[in-house]
Amino acid sequence: MANRIDVLKTYKLYINGKFPRTESGRYYQPKGAKGESLGNICLASRKDFRNAVVAARKAQQAWSSRSAFNRGQILYRIAEHMESRKAEFVELLGKEEGLSSAKSKSKIESLIDRIVYYAGWTDKFQQLFSSVNPVASSHFNFSMLEPVGVVSVLCDEKVGFEGLVTAISSIIGSGNSLVLLASKNSPTSAITFAEVLHHSDLPAGVVNILSGDRDELATHIAKHMDVNALLYCGDDEKLLKELQTESANNLKRIIHWSAEDNSEEYLESPYRIQEFLETKTTWHPVEQIGGSAPAY
Amino acid sequence: MSKKENAFSLKFDTEWTYAEAPESTSHIAIEKKYDLFIDGKFVKPKSGKYFETINPATEKPLAKVAEANQKDVDAAVNAARKAFPKWSGLPAKERGKYIFRIARLIQEKAREFAVIETMDGGKPIKEARDIDIPLAAAHFFYYAGWADKLQYAFPNAKAEPLGVAGQIIPWNFPLLMAAWKIAPALACGNTVVLKPAETTPLTALKLAELIQESGLPNGVVNIVTGDGKTGALIVEHPEIDKIAFTGSTEVGKIIQRAIAGTNKKATLELGGKAANIIFEDAPIDQAVEGVINGIFFNQGHVCCAGSRLFVQESIQKEVERKLVDRLETLIVGDPLDKNTDVGAINSKQQLETINGYLKIGESEGLRSHQAKNKLPDSGYFCRPTLFFDVAQSSRLAKEEIFGPVLAIQTFRTVDEVIEKANNTPYGLSAGVWTDKGSKAFNLSSQLKAGVIWANTFNKFDPTSPFGGYKESGFGREGGLHGLAAYLKIKA
Amino acid sequence: MSKLFNSPKIDQLGLIERAAKFKTRSIKKEAKINGLKLALSMIDLTTLEGKDTEGKVRQLCYKAMHLHDDLDVPTVAAICVYPNMVAIAKKALEGSGVKVASVATAFPSGMSSREVKLADTKLAVDHGADEIDMVISRGRFHQGDYQYVFDEIALIKEACGKARLKVILETGELGTPDQVRRASDIAIHAGADFIKTSTGKISPAATMPTTLLMLEAIKDHYQKTGKMVGMKPAGGISDAKTALHYLAMLKETLGEAWMSSEWFRFGASRLANDVLMQLYKQKTGAYQSADYFSKD
Repeated sequence: MANRIDVLKTYKLYINGKFPRTESGRYYQPKGAKGESLGNICLASRKDFRNAVVAARKAQQAWSSRSAFNRGQILYRIAEHMESRKAEFVELLGKEEGLSSAKSKSKIESLIDRIVYYAGWTDKFQQLFSSVNPVASSHFNFSMLEPVGVVSVLCDEKVGFEGLVTAISSIIGSGNSLVLLASKNSPTSAITFAEVLHHSDLPAGVVNILSGDRDELATHIAKHMDVNALLYCGDDEKLLKELQTESANNLKRIIHWSAEDNSEEYLESPYRIQEFLETKTTWHPVEQIGGSAPAY
Repeated sequence: MSKKENAFSLKFDTEWTYAEAPESTSHIAIEKKYDLFIDGKFVKPKSGKYFETINPATEKPLAKVAEANQKDVDAAVNAARKAFPKWSGLPAKERGKYIFRIARLIQEKAREFAVIETMDGGKPIKEARDIDIPLAAAHFFYYAGWADKLQYAFPNAKAEPLGVAGQIIPWNFPLLMAAWKIAPALACGNTVVLKPAETTPLTALKLAELIQESGLPNGVVNIVTGDGKTGALIVEHPEIDKIAFTGSTEVGKIIQRAIAGTNKKATLELGGKAANIIFEDAPIDQAVEGVINGIFFNQGHVCCAGSRLFVQESIQKEVERKLVDRLETLIVGDPLDKNTDVGAINSKQQLETINGYLKIGESEGLRSHQAKNKLPDSGYFCRPTLFFDVAQSSRLAKEEIFGPVLAIQTFRTVDEVIEKANNTPYGLSAGVWTDKGSKAFNLSSQLKAGVIWANTFNKFDPTSPFGGYKESGFGREGGLHGLAAYLKIKA
Repeated sequence: MSKLFNSPKIDQLGLIERAAKFKTRSIKKEAKINGLKLALSMIDLTTLEGKDTEGKVRQLCYKAMHLHDDLDVPTVAAICVYPNMVAIAKKALEGSGVKVASVATAFPSGMSSREVKLADTKLAVDHGADEIDMVISRGRFHQGDYQYVFDEIALIKEACGKARLKVILETGELGTPDQVRRASDIAIHAGADFIKTSTGKISPAATMPTTLLMLEAIKDHYQKTGKMVGMKPAGGISDAKTALHYLAMLKETLGEAWMSSEWFRFGASRLANDVLMQLYKQKTGAYQSADYFSKD
C-alpha cells in the first residue's frame, strides 16, 4: 500500500460558536518547542477581537441566567469530551511544549481533572462567599456574588495551554463570558479545545478563542470599553503595567496570575473563581408586626 | 401642573412654624491652627504653609490647617512603615482592643464631632448627629471584633496584612469615611497614612487627637492634610502597599494609572448615577419618601444618591405631585439648626458645578420644580430641584451632579426600565420600589450595581458590604467582604 | 367600588421611619407655646367608662371650659361621652362653644345589629350630640365584607343628620397598615367627616405611623376630589411632647387647612394636664408638679 497522505487540519478562530478565519486574512507560522511547524495559524486582528467581545457580551446574560447546576453539567461535559480526545491533546501538547508523551499525558489528565474540579464548584462557591449581614435596622440584608461580566484573557507562553484551561474553567463556571487570546505557542491545542467546547452544549459566544500576536493586540484588549475584567497569565512586567494603565479607561478589574503560581493549590481554588465575581448587597425592609415588635 | 390640580393643592406655609433651634457650639473645641499628625505627634509642616478651612454655611474661616508636602508625606509613610512590624505582630486581641477603645472614645465625644462635622462640611446637624457619627463609631466597633478572628474569614487560606495603607477620603462624609478606611485597615494589622479632603479636614484632625488619647502606638495612624497634590504624593509613594480611595471616577482612573506596574493593591469607591425605580404597585408614599431621602440626603453629596428617578407612566402624575408637595416641607438652611433637612453645599466650587447643571436643565427647557424655601443670605446653598421628563441622553441623566438635583424619567415596562437603569458606565447602587416580591428579586438581580435597595434607600451599616460595579470602582468596604481589601490571601 | 377596596400598599418599615422623623423636629420657644395652645384647642376631652356618672361628666365639662384659669388658654374642642350622657354634657356646656361628641354604634366592639346601631346613633343625635364617633364592624371587615362596612358607615352618616361623623377604625384590631389604609379609604368614601384611630379600649391605640398613613389617605382623597376629611388620633397620647410631634406631622403632611380643631382632634383624657404643665413651665420657668393641675 502506498504511503497515505495525511489530511492536515486548518486551525481557525473560535468566535460566537463558529470557526471563522481571521477577517484580516493574515496568518503566522508558530513553531513547537522542538522546532516543528504548527501550521498556518490565524493571526487575529483587533477587529476579530472586537467581534469576539460583541459575541461575549451578547451571550453573557443568558449564560449567567442558566442554573448553576446546568453550568456545572456543561463544564463536566467539556471534561468528558476532552477525555475522549485525550490522545489528540497529548500529541498536540507534546508538539507545542516539547513534552514527552508520558509528561504530556499526565498534564492533559490533570487538566481534565481540573475542569471536573471547577465543574463541581459552580453550585457551591455562592454558599461559600455570600453572606447574610446582621444590620442594626429592621432590614433583611444579604450579599451574594455575581459574575463580573465579560473577561479578556491573555496567556503567556509559559502558562500556555494549562493557563487557558484553568482560566476558562474558573471564569465561565460563575456565569462570565470571555475572550481569550491563546499564547503564541499553543494555538493548536487552544483551537482543538474550542472544538471540545463547541460540542459540549456551551452556548455560542460564552467562550471565544483567538490566536495571534499578544504584543499587537494587548493594548486594544486593555482599552476596550465593553470588557469588565482582564486576566493576565504571565510575568512580563512591562506588559502588565501597560495593561493596568490602559485598563483604567473603564476601570477594568485586572487579575494577574504569575506563571510562578503554578501549584495545584493555587490553580485549583475557589479564590480563583472569586476573582471574577462582584459582590452585590441587597436590602429589604422587614415588617415589625407580632412577636416582640412594637405596635404598628 | 394643570389648573385643576392646583385647586386641590395643599398649603404648607403654615401659620404655626418651628422656631429656630440652633445646636449649641459652646462645648466645641476647635484650635486656631492644626499641624500634621505624624508618628503620634502633631508636627509643623515642612513647607510652613497652612490653608484655611471654612464653614460653607457662613463662608467664615474655622481654622488653619497644615499643607503637607513631599517631605511631610515621606515622614508620615516612614512612621507608618516603622510602626508596621510591631503593630502587625501585636497579639490580635490587643490590636482589637485598641480599636474598641477608639470606638468608645468616638461615642463619648459624639456630640462634639457632630457639631464640627456640620460646621466644617455644611451637612445638617441632624444627619451628623444621627447618622455620620454613630455609624463611624459602629464601624470601629464592628472591625475591632474582627482583629482576632481573621482566620475564620477566608476558609483554607492564610490572611496577612499588606503593610502601609494610603487612604484618601472625600468631603461628603468626612469622619465616617475615615472610619470606613481606618477601622478595617487596623483590624487587619496594617498601618495607615490618611488624607482627609481639603474642605473638611477638622473631624479627621479631631480623630487624630482622639487616637492620641487612646494610646494607639505611635505611627500606626498618621493623618496628613492638603489638597489633591498631597493625595498624589501618597498615591505615588513607593513605600505604600495599598491605596484606598473614595472620590470621583475621574480621579479613580488617574490613581489606577498611577499605580500601574507597582505592587500596590487598590480599592476605589467612586461616582454613581443610581436609578431609583418606582413601579405602579409600589408603596407610593414610602417610595416618595425614599426618593426624597435618596437624592436630598446630605444635599445630594452622596456617591450612591438616587439621582435618576424612573416612574412607571401610569403613576407619573401622582408621584410628581407627591414629590412637589414633599419638597415644600423640606427645610433648607442653617446646618446647625436641628430642624434643617438640607444644609449647605460643601464648597463654592461645588455650588458652581451644581448651578451649571441647573442651567443645563433651564437651557433644555425642562419642566422643573424648586423648593420655595427662603435661603440664608450668606453661605453656599442650593434649592432642592426636580427636573421632569428628562431624556436618557440628557447630561442631567448621564452625569453625576453630586447635588440636590433629581432627574425624573418615565418608563412603561420592566424590560425597558432595566435597560435604561443599566445604561450608564456607573454601577454603585440602585433602588426598586414594588409590593411584589418576585419583581423586586428580578430587579435586584438584573440591576448592575453593588448595592440594591429594595423598598428602601440610602441605608448603611458596618456589616453591609458597599462598593461598585463597572466605573463606580472596585473592592468592597464594610462587612466580611471589606476585610479582603486589607489582606493578602494566600493558599 | 372594587378600586376602593384595592387601596395603595403601605411599607410598614418605611412608614415607621417617616413617622419617626417628626420626632426629631425640635419645637422650642414660641413655637412650643403656640403649638401647645393649638393642641389644647384640638382635644376631645374624653370619659368613656362603665362607671361614668352625671357628676363625673359635669366635672369634665367644667374642665373643658376652664382648663386652667391662671393661663391664657383656649377651651378644648369637645368632650366625648357615651350616648346616655349627651344630654347632661350638652346642658353643662351650653354657650361655651365646646362641642359634645358621643360614641355610638355599640361602642366599643360594634358587635350588634344595624338596627341597634342606628338607634344608638339616633339617641345621641336626638339628645343634641354635635358629633358622633362610630366604630366600624371589624369582624365584617376581616371577613372581607367591605361592602357591608361601607354601607353601614353610609347609613350611620345619614342618621347623623347635621352631626359630624367620626369613624373609628380601631386600628389595633386591623392587623396591618395595609388594612388600616383600606379601612380609611372605605370610611372616607362612605362619607366620614373624620377618621379616627381607636376606641382607647384596645392596645395599640393611636401611634404616629398609623396616624400618618391615615393622614396620607385623607391627603390622597383631597387631592383627587377636593373634599376635606378630618383626623382624630385617640388613645395613648398623653404627653405634650408627643402632641407637638403629631402637630408637626399634621403640618408637614396636610398643611395649613387642617391645622385647627375643625379638622384635627386629639382623643385624650390625660393629655390636657401635661400640656398645661408645660405651658406653666414656659410661663414661670419652673418645672411643675401634677398636684397643681386638676385630675378629673
